[in-house]
Amino acid sequence: MNELAELYQQVLLDHYRSPRHFGRPAGAEREAEGFNPLCGDRVKVYVDVEEGVIRALGFEGSGCAISTASASLMAEALQGRRIEEFERLFAAFRATVTGGAPDREVDLGKLAALAGVAEFPMRVKCATLAWHALEAALHSPAGGTTVSTE
Amino acid sequence: MERATAQRTAPTGFDVAELRTEFPILARRLGPHPLVYLDSAATAQKPRAVIEAVSRFYSEGNASVARGVHRLSGEATAAYEGARAAVARFLGAANPAQVAFVRGTTEAINLLAATLAERVEAGDEILVTRLDHHSNFVPWQRLASQRGARFVIAECDEEGELPLAEVEGKLSGRTRIVALPHVSNALGTVLPVSEIAARAHAAGALVVVDGAQGAPHLPLAVEALDVDAYAFSGHKTYGPTGIGALWLSPRLARELPPYQTGGGMIRTVGDETTDFAEAPQRFEAGTPAAAEAVGLAAAVEWMARVGIEAIAAHETALAEHAVARLESLDGVRVVGRPARRAGVLSFVVEGAHPHDVGTVLDAAGVAVRAGHHCAQPLMRRLGLPATVRASFAAFNTVEEVETLARAVERARDLFRGGRG
Ligand SMILES: Cc1ncc(COP(=O)(O)O)c(C=O)c1O
Repeated sequence: MNELAELYQQVLLDHYRSPRHFGRPAGAEREAEGFNPLCGDRVKVYVDVEEGVIRALGFEGSGCAISTASASLMAEALQGRRIEEFERLFAAFRATVTGGAPDREVDLGKLAALAGVAEFPMRVKCATLAWHALEAALHSPAGGTTVSTE
Repeated sequence: MERATAQRTAPTGFDVAELRTEFPILARRLGPHPLVYLDSAATAQKPRAVIEAVSRFYSEGNASVARGVHRLSGEATAAYEGARAAVARFLGAANPAQVAFVRGTTEAINLLAATLAERVEAGDEILVTRLDHHSNFVPWQRLASQRGARFVIAECDEEGELPLAEVEGKLSGRTRIVALPHVSNALGTVLPVSEIAARAHAAGALVVVDGAQGAPHLPLAVEALDVDAYAFSGHKTYGPTGIGALWLSPRLARELPPYQTGGGMIRTVGDETTDFAEAPQRFEAGTPAAAEAVGLAAAVEWMARVGIEAIAAHETALAEHAVARLESLDGVRVVGRPARRAGVLSFVVEGAHPHDVGTVLDAAGVAVRAGHHCAQPLMRRLGLPATVRASFAAFNTVEEVETLARAVERARDLFRGGRG
């Protein structure tokens, strides 16, 4: 059961039970939805970007503990950060949850609580759902898009 | 094999411990845990009789069916037609010519939607149910929209039953096709197929039954059901993937046009027109899946040897036991209370998302399905994004139900205090 304890750490459970930055922040002109057709999980990400800086970031949706906590921790980590920082953090986060070698220069902070996902390959898509949605929102012109994991 | 899961616990009929030894995969361990496979509604595990029949066909009898004069081709043809006869016996169908081999339930329904298309006109109605799997829902929804017909859904009630009055209320003089499942793959409800068929026929509609969960879980007498078509998938009845069967009433077998065209389904091909073969060859274009058909025959013969009544009673008893055991856990709710249940049940755990429950169960070696079960219209009606589904087969035991219940309890405790 150690793998389970690694996966469902207190930080993760806390962000699942009480997600931070839940809802659409005022001024968020971009949005994108992440959808996993295999399980039906949906996460909608709202972002306000000015001059390459994420001014505000929020999310909504219904999902499992991993996708919800990942979205919440992501939103917390990226408030006020530059888009390039998002790119580097996403790369490091993805490497971590897929069991690869993350860039040592990047500090995952509380997101490290999701490292246990690497032992559960079936759940990687849950962990990265909101990230793919944010990536789509940042790269699409104002308006909505949906990204699918399949 | 683990002693704890190998007790002689079949409440009826056969010796489960003995039967388990016929399934090589049940010897697998997942980390420290023996595999507890409760996902047979998705696909069943295979007994050695099936694995060996497929392997023997390739080792000793492989050739193209109905294509050559050489001896092996003759043997392969006989094996393939023998498999059709075995499937007909399994279905309780007197005439094997009314049984077409298909890839599975999905292909069977698509075949019907395509070949019945011309009978559906603008303003006609196609009636499906809230309990249908996407594969008996989407093809009809698409057909209705292509033909300008109305797509009507018969609603289930809170218990997961389909009330006859609801079906009667939704039937009209314009209903051309009624499509329904024999057993709900999400909730385990056994539907009153022949009662519904009688009403649909009285209204002048054809009745198409998705038997994907009926064939593995219920003794069948397809002719007595008085329906027009009955489809099932071999991989859910202990057989190989890529093979299934579609039983057609004598009238549909005679009247339906070809689905796909090509080799094997013709009589003579002229430069201008082609004369098509009779059923069932008319529906089997291309080189048939002979090894899979032989494997399917081995599977249904294996079921008959064990005793289909006994398998059904065993599975229902396990499911009812699991319902009672899970409902005894605070914070766990079984979804649907059908009066007649086959070996399938769905449940939710307060504060825990079904995927997370699935992961906790997986860590204990318990394989279940967590998700929408290809029944999104039903999930919407239930107001649930997903459920956890446990499904039972001949090889499952009461001890495995206990393992399931303990793992569910652990999941509940892990997430306790979570969002409701
Ligand atoms: C009730 C029901 N109908 C249809 C299907 C589709 O079967 P297949 O995927 O084998 O075509 C399934 C299983 O997936 C099912 O449970």
